[in-house]
Amino acid sequence: MQKTCAIKITDLRFGWRKNLPEVLHIPEFEVDRGERIFLRGASGSGKSTLLALIAGVSLPSSGDVEVLGNTINRINGSGRDHFRSDHIGFVFQMFNLIPYLSVLENVALPCHFSRSRKQKATASGISLHDEATRLLQHLDMAHADLLHRPVTELSVGQQQRVATARALIGAPEIIIADEPTSALDSEMRETFIRLLFQECDATGSTLLFVSHDKQLESLFERHVTLEEINTARQGVN
Amino acid sequence: MATLYLAIKSLLNRRFTVGLTLLSIALSVSLLLGVERLRVESHNSFANTISGTNLIVGARSGAINLLLYSVFRIGDATNNISWKSYQKFADHPMVKWTIPISLGDSHKGYRVMGTNQDYFRHYSYADKRPLALAEGLPFEHVYQAVLGHEVAKKLNYTLGQKIIIAHGAGKTSFTMHDDKPFEIVGILKPTGTPVDRTVHIPLEGIEAIHANWVGGREVAGLKISADEALEKELTPKSITGFLVGLKSIIATFRVQREVNDYRKEPLLAILPGVALQQLWDLMSVAENALFVVTILVVSIGLIGMLTVMLAGLNERRREMAILRSVGARPGHILLLITGESFLLSLIGITLGLLLLYTSLFFAQPIMESQYGLHLQISLPSLREYLILGLVGTSGLIIGLIPGYRAYRYSLTDGMNIRL
Repeated sequence: MQKTCAIKITDLRFGWRKNLPEVLHIPEFEVDRGERIFLRGASGSGKSTLLALIAGVSLPSSGDVEVLGNTINRINGSGRDHFRSDHIGFVFQMFNLIPYLSVLENVALPCHFSRSRKQKATASGISLHDEATRLLQHLDMAHADLLHRPVTELSVGQQQRVATARALIGAPEIIIADEPTSALDSEMRETFIRLLFQECDATGSTLLFVSHDKQLESLFERHVTLEEINTARQGVN
Repeated sequence: MATLYLAIKSLLNRRFTVGLTLLSIALSVSLLLGVERLRVESHNSFANTISGTNLIVGARSGAINLLLYSVFRIGDATNNISWKSYQKFADHPMVKWTIPISLGDSHKGYRVMGTNQDYFRHYSYADKRPLALAEGLPFEHVYQAVLGHEVAKKLNYTLGQKIIIAHGAGKTSFTMHDDKPFEIVGILKPTGTPVDRTVHIPLEGIEAIHANWVGGREVAGLKISADEALEKELTPKSITGFLVGLKSIIATFRVQREVNDYRKEPLLAILPGVALQQLWDLMSVAENALFVVTILVVSIGLIGMLTVMLAGLNERRREMAILRSVGARPGHILLLITGESFLLSLIGITLGLLLLYTSLFFAQPIMESQYGLHLQISLPSLREYLILGLVGTSGLIIGLIPGYRAYRYSLTDGMNIRL
């Protein structure tokens, strides 16, 4: 079987409504498996919209979005939901955690919605709890003192690391990180990104990292700006 | 199941508002069940007031009126019936026993009933339970009285004490039969029926205290002492009515027709069971109104829950988005939010039951002693289970409202976190 791309977009067009100008027109965009890519775009340039299209939360007006060889816009709603929970892990800007769950419960959460991620997480015969602890350990978050604190009492940096462990559990093929560092101070940012790289390498996940912060660009092997790939009229929103 | 676990955790996270919601549901459920219990128990106790009596006979009036004054000691007879008519039916071949009753006097607000010893032999209540004496014996002499349980207890009477009977049934009477006191010779055990509130004296006693009375008035200047009265003929000329026990229940309608068709005097015979049912039906309006009110109270409890759930929903949109991003499908969101409401109503129902039994436990002795109403502490009846099921189902249906809204949110918001 020919090795498929992690993400392959062909001639994608997207507008919020028919009579409004389109926000995105991406003739071609590819991300290889295992790649770590930095996607830069100003606020409001349509980054989150593109991520929603890749995740299959939104559907393109025309064109195809292929993720791991599956044309995601041709799958039905529930199929897309399943596909997303099985293959994509997310880290958002901030307040990523469910306030009423413990640190470990937050990390293990995706495995309750995806059987394949649960299987992968517990493949080596360890419990979900142990796997979550292992991931947190890698992210330097496994101190007993931190594990038993309510997640709302963790610092933003700590919360982001918990969110990262959650995105990584069950080794999804793709990690989408949407401005995960914008709430962190500058020293924390680099540390956080290096940890993220290290873990993506360990699981072999493709990393799509989205940010407006040009300074982080140099850390990535590949970086693109949304303006480069999006040929829709700029500055419409 | 993960979603159930999430629902429980999320509810625990909002302990305070959730606790208040639970309290209102629990209170309303226990109120609903409490009213239902009271209704059933009072109906039972009502139906239990008289048993074993096949017919009640009085002067012709209405069935309910006759029942009210002869059994419940409420209201007055429109007319008396003659002793001769009574004797005629007492000697009827189908009749096993009769209990003559004569009403019209009172003692400190309690009705005085003239009767004979057959009353203690044949009268029964509830499930054919006969009357029993707690102390003393039935009356044997003209100036002796047997008190109902409540009369003795409330007025603190003991055997051997003398009581004065007042003329008329009102609580305050201006004419006293104070020349002829009655000695208390017996006190009945509690029955939970109007018997508890009755002073029983012999028919002859009724005659004796009215010896100097003509046409319902005390004859001015005519004094007849207690002992003098004993010399007189004390067989009554008329009584208020009588209770009939038949040899065979099959004869009931025949004897009833004979009484009603009696030519010499306009009489009325009623079947106590039928009249009780008619009376109860009359009261069912109030009973239904009470039931409707408690249903409304439960609705308010559930609407309170709806308010809490809906108000919390907007600030939980972030939570929904996070759940969506970790793989929860819109269906899970619907299940989570609806499940929370359903869980709340289930816990509310359970707490309500707990509250009901706790209050029953404490209310039982009070209701028994104050109102003669015996509340049974038993498992919920089928009807109560149905009511609870209905409350639970309503909770589920109401939970679908915020559930559906959250579902819509999760479809439109997707994973976009909105503040």
